[in-house]
Amino acid sequence: MSTTYDRQQPAFYALIAALVVMSVGPVLLMFVNSFKLDVDIISGTSGMIFLPTIQNYETALCDVLWYKPDHVDHCSLKFGNAFINSLIIALVSTILTLVIGCMAAYALVRFRFMGRDSVSLTTLMVRMVPPAVLLVPVFGLWNNEFCIDKTSYVGSAIRDTFGGRGDVCLAGTHSGIILVYIAMNLPFVIWILQSFIVQVPRSLEEAARVDGAGPFQVFFKVVLPLIKPGLAAAAIFTFRIAWNEYLLASALSDRNTKTVPILIVNNMSEFNVEWGVIMATGMLLAIPPIIFTLFASRQIITGMTAGAVKG
Amino acid sequence: MQRAMANRLTPYMFMAPAVVIMVIALLYPLGYMVWGSFRDWDPSQTIGEAEFVGLKNYITLWHDPNFRESLGVTLSFAFFVVTFEMIIGVGLALLLDRNIRGMSVLRTLFILPMMIAPVVVGLMWRYMYHPTVGTFNRFFESIGLPSVDWLGANALMSVIIADIWQWTPFIFILSLAALQSLPRSALEAARIDGATGWQQIIHIKLPLMMPVLIVTGLLRLIDAFKVLEVILVMTEGGPGLSTEILALRISRTATEFRELGVAAAMSNYLLILLLFITLMMFAFTRWQEMRTNRLRAAAEEDE
Repeated sequence: MSTTYDRQQPAFYALIAALVVMSVGPVLLMFVNSFKLDVDIISGTSGMIFLPTIQNYETALCDVLWYKPDHVDHCSLKFGNAFINSLIIALVSTILTLVIGCMAAYALVRFRFMGRDSVSLTTLMVRMVPPAVLLVPVFGLWNNEFCIDKTSYVGSAIRDTFGGRGDVCLAGTHSGIILVYIAMNLPFVIWILQSFIVQVPRSLEEAARVDGAGPFQVFFKVVLPLIKPGLAAAAIFTFRIAWNEYLLASALSDRNTKTVPILIVNNMSEFNVEWGVIMATGMLLAIPPIIFTLFASRQIITGMTAGAVKG
Repeated sequence: MQRAMANRLTPYMFMAPAVVIMVIALLYPLGYMVWGSFRDWDPSQTIGEAEFVGLKNYITLWHDPNFRESLGVTLSFAFFVVTFEMIIGVGLALLLDRNIRGMSVLRTLFILPMMIAPVVVGLMWRYMYHPTVGTFNRFFESIGLPSVDWLGANALMSVIIADIWQWTPFIFILSLAALQSLPRSALEAARIDGATGWQQIIHIKLPLMMPVLIVTGLLRLIDAFKVLEVILVMTEGGPGLSTEILALRISRTATEFRELGVAAAMSNYLLILLLFITLMMFAFTRWQEMRTNRLRAAAEEDE
């Protein structure tokens, strides 16, 4: 297919160049700075002339490196651990949200059943709830109510296996954070996927049913393969939120389940900011979303327009 | 018989996991919060031990000058952010709605700021705004302008600029999609009738895009009340209370001042505000649907 492009004035291209610099510039700046020593960042001989170094990354990743960098005498930044926590939490919550969300979206689109309208209305309404609003109740519930008594059979078994003191609570565990993220993302995922499932022709499903497929088979073998673009979009958005979220994770995690955003905020609020190391950690946190953007931008844009426009 | 029963249960089986999770981790917590907002509640107590104080938390907040200032900051942040983003985003979409090479690359680069963690965005901008080593002040210095106290005296403006940087692309992409799905016939007809570029924009493009623009704006407005991390990293709400938006104040009340009841009441105020906006959005989409249905019915009658 050959498309012809309109010729534009030079001023137009200048504008586009300026826009690109504006949107990518700060990211690029952080990237460059993460390879500079603090001395170079502060001394201000700005520009590109400096000796690139991976020292900042070594400091950040000191707890997972197989060798001990010379310039790190005490490995205080547990970045590697936090990175693994972030990965576990983001991946598990993305997968679960997708599975649960597309089943629910399918039911909402394809079946008429009692309570359907109230379910879809609730889904829409809770989309507006900000994470900050969930902070207080989730903190209270996860620490006090959603617990297994340590004297009970299950509770004592968990305490014997994993150690620790007190009742077994959701707070401070990966599953506690994952549960909130799933609940937070479900409304959005259901909303996006609905608009994709509507487009699946009914006749296909009926043909499968005539051939003797049960409802679950129809769903997994016929519907799911057809809504792959929607699933990709929903997956990226869910991952993005679970990967980037700070507030709820900071309320629910303990020393061992910290995620990367918490680590960055904790290091920022200290008085003397080590810019180089902080930028390196920021860059590491930003890499997965950047990769997604570069490789799946079409799905992201489809998801964004489907989520906002159709409906 | 058994088969019919199984079929009737299918939708509930598909819905069950989602409903269970949303009830446990979303609806029950929200109810719990409303209940807790009527109590004098300390993080060390369980909610049962906390003393019931009725509407006291709400009334205290209503008369609390700090809360009012924070509410004002939130509202003006949301207002400026949405206004500027709508103007710039829609303007750029109108300008760039042309058949040019590399448009998809351009869009990819534009969505980059949205995908990056808010914490990292805050970090980048805090560096660029830094009074001595920051990019902006260095640039001003090199061309001989006085340096600006970005995160000090002009903190709210700086925070707003960072948010505009991050979220204008969202509006841009949605309005570009809306523009490109406009009926070609209307634009064609206007061109043949000799409408200038401006006339086309004002009389045809903008009115036709309006439904999408309003929904986009309202979505962005709801999201503007959710912003927290960027501001937390950049200013931590300061200096003073000048950038302390409600979300930040809720989290500080809960974690620093350890007054969960007050924080819950504050969350409820925020929820009510957002509920109002969401209802407006609902009402608008309903009205829109009714209008298109009526127009279609009228058109069919004419034929």
